[in-house]
Amino acid sequence: MTSISEDSDKEKVRSVSVDLNNDASLVIDIPDALCEREVKFTVHTKTTLSSFQNPDFSVPRQHEDFIWLHDTIVETEEYAGLIIPPAPPKPDFEGPREKMHKLGEGESSMTKEEYAKMKQELEAEYLAVFKKTVQVHEVFLQRLSSHPMFRKDRNFQIFLEYDQDLTVRRKNAKEMFGGFFKNMVKTADEVLISGVKEVDEFFEQEKNFLLDYSSKIKDATAKAEKMTRSHKNVADDYNHISGALNNTAADNNTAFKKHLEKCAEVFEKLRKVEDRVASDQELKLTELLRYYTRDIQAAKDLLYRRARALADYENSNKALDKARLKGKDIAQAEENQKQCLQKFDKLSESGKKELTSFKARRVVAFRKNLIEMTELEIKHAKNSVSLLQGSIEILNSN
Amino acid sequence: MSEERGSSAQTEEDEDLFVSAMESPEAARLSAEDLSPSSNGPRDDDPDDLFAEATEEVSLDSPERQPILSDGPSPAITPVSISPRVDVFDRSPDLDEEEEENRDTFDIQISVSDPEKVGDGMNAFMVYKVTTKTSLSIFSRDEVCVKRRFSDFLGLHSKLASKYMHMGFIVPPAPEKSIVGMTKVKVGKEDLSSVEFVEKRRSALERYLLRTVKHPALLKDPDVLQFLESSELPRAVSTQALSGAGILRMVNKAADAVNKMTIKMNESDAWFEEKQQQFENLDVQLRKLHVSVESLVCHRKELSVNTALFAKSAAMLGNSEDHTALSRALSQLAEVEEKIEQLHQEQANADFYLISELLGDYVRLITAVRGVFDQRMKTWGKWQDAQLMLQRKREAEAKLQYASKPEKLQQARDEIREWEGKVQHGERDFEQISRNIRREVGQFEKERVKDFRVVIMKYLESLVHSQQQLIKYWEAFLPEAKAIA
Repeated sequence: MTSISEDSDKEKVRSVSVDLNNDASLVIDIPDALCEREVKFTVHTKTTLSSFQNPDFSVPRQHEDFIWLHDTIVETEEYAGLIIPPAPPKPDFEGPREKMHKLGEGESSMTKEEYAKMKQELEAEYLAVFKKTVQVHEVFLQRLSSHPMFRKDRNFQIFLEYDQDLTVRRKNAKEMFGGFFKNMVKTADEVLISGVKEVDEFFEQEKNFLLDYSSKIKDATAKAEKMTRSHKNVADDYNHISGALNNTAADNNTAFKKHLEKCAEVFEKLRKVEDRVASDQELKLTELLRYYTRDIQAAKDLLYRRARALADYENSNKALDKARLKGKDIAQAEENQKQCLQKFDKLSESGKKELTSFKARRVVAFRKNLIEMTELEIKHAKNSVSLLQGSIEILNSN
Repeated sequence: MSEERGSSAQTEEDEDLFVSAMESPEAARLSAEDLSPSSNGPRDDDPDDLFAEATEEVSLDSPERQPILSDGPSPAITPVSISPRVDVFDRSPDLDEEEEENRDTFDIQISVSDPEKVGDGMNAFMVYKVTTKTSLSIFSRDEVCVKRRFSDFLGLHSKLASKYMHMGFIVPPAPEKSIVGMTKVKVGKEDLSSVEFVEKRRSALERYLLRTVKHPALLKDPDVLQFLESSELPRAVSTQALSGAGILRMVNKAADAVNKMTIKMNESDAWFEEKQQQFENLDVQLRKLHVSVESLVCHRKELSVNTALFAKSAAMLGNSEDHTALSRALSQLAEVEEKIEQLHQEQANADFYLISELLGDYVRLITAVRGVFDQRMKTWGKWQDAQLMLQRKREAEAKLQYASKPEKLQQARDEIREWEGKVQHGERDFEQISRNIRREVGQFEKERVKDFRVVIMKYLESLVHSQQQLIKYWEAFLPEAKAIA
């Protein structure tokens, strides 16, 4: 079930990647999450597959569990030719937490109304961060469940089903895989850019495209973030203006008092709209860009792995030649070379498929989100116009 | 540089004034439409003023209780009202009402425009064209154009304040000096911030003149008439801080501060006590509101800048995108965002020129109002002092009665009469200023309410316009987004 036309007010948030739950045999969602010291996500699975013990069940998981799952999949040799869904970023409640702190400090210097208002804002901001982080963790799992290979992964099953704490498993995994992943990332760019001779036109194009696109989308994400923050600042200002107008109204003579109070109301409503504009823009545009920045990186990682495999193959060729010259260990070298070639071919084949479907997925996601964002912008602007015109009428008639 | 007036002024004006296209009537009032800064270069005051600005920083926070009082000669075109004490303001209530009506229907439009830089470097200054269009008979023509510089405006205010403030009249304060703004302009930077500074100042000068002429007494004042009509004005030198007048001003300020502490006025009139409290509160509230609005202006400008940056980034992303339809859509998104950036910029201007500047003006006006209340207190103090003095003189006379010094006795009696006169005078002045203030405050409150209502309406309409544009832009983009295939 794609969740295209659901209202963002409802619990279920839309995903930046689409068509992820269209296979009824394995449906995953995160219906609930608790925020104590750590965020605890409730991962809910509905399945018709016999590999699972129950058809419908839920488990609590922490953010680190998701990271563990991601890392084990990355380390799995078998998946080297696949784009690994990017790990969800850590939940960041720094903003709301800071605000809560400020609220606590400033409590004595604020009026009751100001305090109540700030508290309301704080709760809204908290909710927004919450929605975002749930969405991004959900999408991660849904990418895995909708992929023919990942859905069968043993660790994925454990993640979904194991009703105990995963902490022990996590610790073990860290010890095993600690350094390898990091090393790979470090040398990745060099491997790719050093231009191991690319035979395949498709991959040559993909490489150039991904390198360029990745820096552009990173920049676009940063600029979108700044834009959203400015919207939020404007909304904040409307809030303060509304409060100041109310204070001024309290002291004024009656006729003008009503006028000022009405204005304060207008600004309060404008603030709400502006807040929604900011948060919708964030969800549809900024989150979209953020997500695909990470996804592009995952695609690049695939290219790195393939390039590595190509390098290995070329090295094995050289080794074989050397062995032949020396007349020693030829059979071994031949076997090695054959394996390298096999690995490389497998990576190339699945890589091509993955990259092609990646492009399709990206286009669909952008389309969906751009349409939704535009429709929301229109809706909010129309709301603003009607509220402003209504207020103008009332103020005129006074 | 001669101070010629009358017919000779006429010819001078014909020679050097622009008879070019006049602004539309709307421009005379606080026009929101006039959003784009009117062009060129840096503006200046003269170098002496720069020194003045260096020592006397004028800001909203330093309540200008003691306005710059001019002690230069006040050249009057018509010699009638040189001593305004008796003539102009001692009128019957009936005439006052007539004045009030005239306020509402007065027919005069003033615009300040075409800032022009004169001179170079640190000696340069800015000159503005002041155009007055009116059918009132006190003006010699129904359309006049003169060139004035910033210190001329300050000089005018200074004269008006010295003539009328002690009568309890609320004299609109002149726009503020600004060291930073002016220096940038003098140095010749034609960048955006100096252009904005020039426009901000031009607009402030216009509002200042409009407020000044709204006051029926000030409108008829010969200094005002001369300012608006005369082609040449003597340079206002006493607006500088380091001049003799400037030093005197500072001494007076200190003296006043001491006086305020020692004058304990017995307020018999509850109205005054109430009003004073009211204005104190209003002062605090308006300042707070002003701060919030300034923040809004700043953030909206930031939003505009960030939207522009995003637009560029989106365009580059579109270029990089290898799927043709998506690439096109991204480029179009970039175009939409560019248009939106422009919208934000315009809205920020409306935020500023409509609301923020108005609030700033009112904060300064309220300071002037509170100054007028202080003047009343001073007047009361003078009256009390005169009463004390009279009492002393009487006591002295009583003593001399038994001293058989007939000359001294006569002198004492003369002095008594003198001080009796002063006491009468003092009482009359006090009653006069109290009456004036009541009237002035009443008018001020009416104006204030009207001003705010008008501005709020204009502002809301500007917001409506912005939002409607947004709808247009996004509705145009929607099919493009849907066309991604």
